[in-house]
Order: sequence, then C-alpha cells, then structure tokens
Amino acid sequence: MIEFLKGGLILVGASFMLLAALGVLRLPDLLTRMHATTKAATLGATLIMLAVATHFSQVAVVARAFGVILFIMMTAPVAAHVIGRAGYFVGSRLWEGTVKDELKPNYDPLTHELKSGKETEHNARRESEGDSA
Amino acid sequence: MSTVILLSLAIMALALCLAFVRLFRGPSLTDRVVALELFSSILVGIIGVIAIATDVPSLLDVAIVMALMAFMAAIGFARFLERGGPRDD
Repeated sequence: MIEFLKGGLILVGASFMLLAALGVLRLPDLLTRMHATTKAATLGATLIMLAVATHFSQVAVVARAFGVILFIMMTAPVAAHVIGRAGYFVGSRLWEGTVKDELKPNYDPLTHELKSGKETEHNARRESEGDSA
Repeated sequence: MSTVILLSLAIMALALCLAFVRLFRGPSLTDRVVALELFSSILVGIIGVIAIATDVPSLLDVAIVMALMAFMAAIGFARFLERGGPRDD
C-alpha cells in the first residue's frame, strides 16, 4: 500500500516538474514564465519530499523533509516577487496580448517614482470623466 | 519500485533539458534567473528521489542547502538588477 502511495507521489511530482519546465520554455514573457515555475515546481518538490517522508518514516528524516517543504513554500513566493519586481523595473517587455498593466500610468521609469491616486494625469482625467457621466 | 524511480529520473532529466534551453536562449537576464531557480527546484526533486533509491537519508541535507543557495542567488540577482544592472529598453 505504502509502496503505491510512494510511487504515485514520485511520479506526480516529477510530472509537475516537467510541466513547469514546459511552461518556462513555451510561455511568452517573464511574468507568465514565473507563474509556471513558481507554482508547479514548488508543488513538484513538495510531493517528492512527501514521498521521502513516507519512505523513511523515522522522526528525524520526516522532520527534515517537512523542513524542506516549509522552506520551499516560504521562499518561492518571495523570490518570485523580487525577480518580477526587478524585471519590471529593468523594463522587460510584456506579452503583446497583455490586457492590463495597472502600474504603467503611475510609474515613472526614469525617476523610479510611483505615484498614486489623483497625482497622475491619467487618473485625474478618468476621475473627471466618471463625475460627468 | 525501481522502474518508477528510473521513470521519474528520466522525466526530471527531460525537465532539466527544457529549462536549459530557456537558460540558453532567454532574451533577458531575468529570464535566465527564473530558469536557474527552476533548475534548483528540479535538483531538489532529483536529490529526494536518489535518497529514496539509495536509502541514504543524509542526502536531504544536500537538498536543504540547494534550496537555500537558490533563494540567496535569486535575491542577489534581483538586487543587482535593481541597482543598475543591464537594462532592456
């Protein structure tokens, strides 16, 4: 029984890693690629570590395996956020099918300044249009 | 069991190859950093499977160190890019 559980966990985890690699190869821009790698690769590593925990079933090993899972789950979103932020500031091009870029009218890439609310011309114009309508 | 392990190792090696293609082609430095992070995640998985195959639980420490190094590298690259690395536009 536990053999089947272990084999299934390993195979599903490896498949998720293959999915993440396919995503990073095929998707069109930086943010979509990160969305593929961060989630699918984290889930794949988590499943394989669960398989390790069920295989050894000693307290020390299970604790270490769960430590790896916790660490990956905590650091993957932070690393993705930091890389995505750096990529946007560096000026990596978004996919041409991107529907919405909320940061674009408010952020000035030359002065590295982010404005909010009515400070920007774009938002002030939208506000006055909303009043008249 | 050994066929399952061999099959999963083959799948993960294929995933490493696909990630390497992105690392090689990647138009900007940030894409390459993302590919390197994927590399480390896949390596954690490979180390886990090898720990199962060889019955050596100490290999988990290697996986922990691998994950830690990848996180540090990602943070460092991001800091470098924000503090005036090469720009795309």
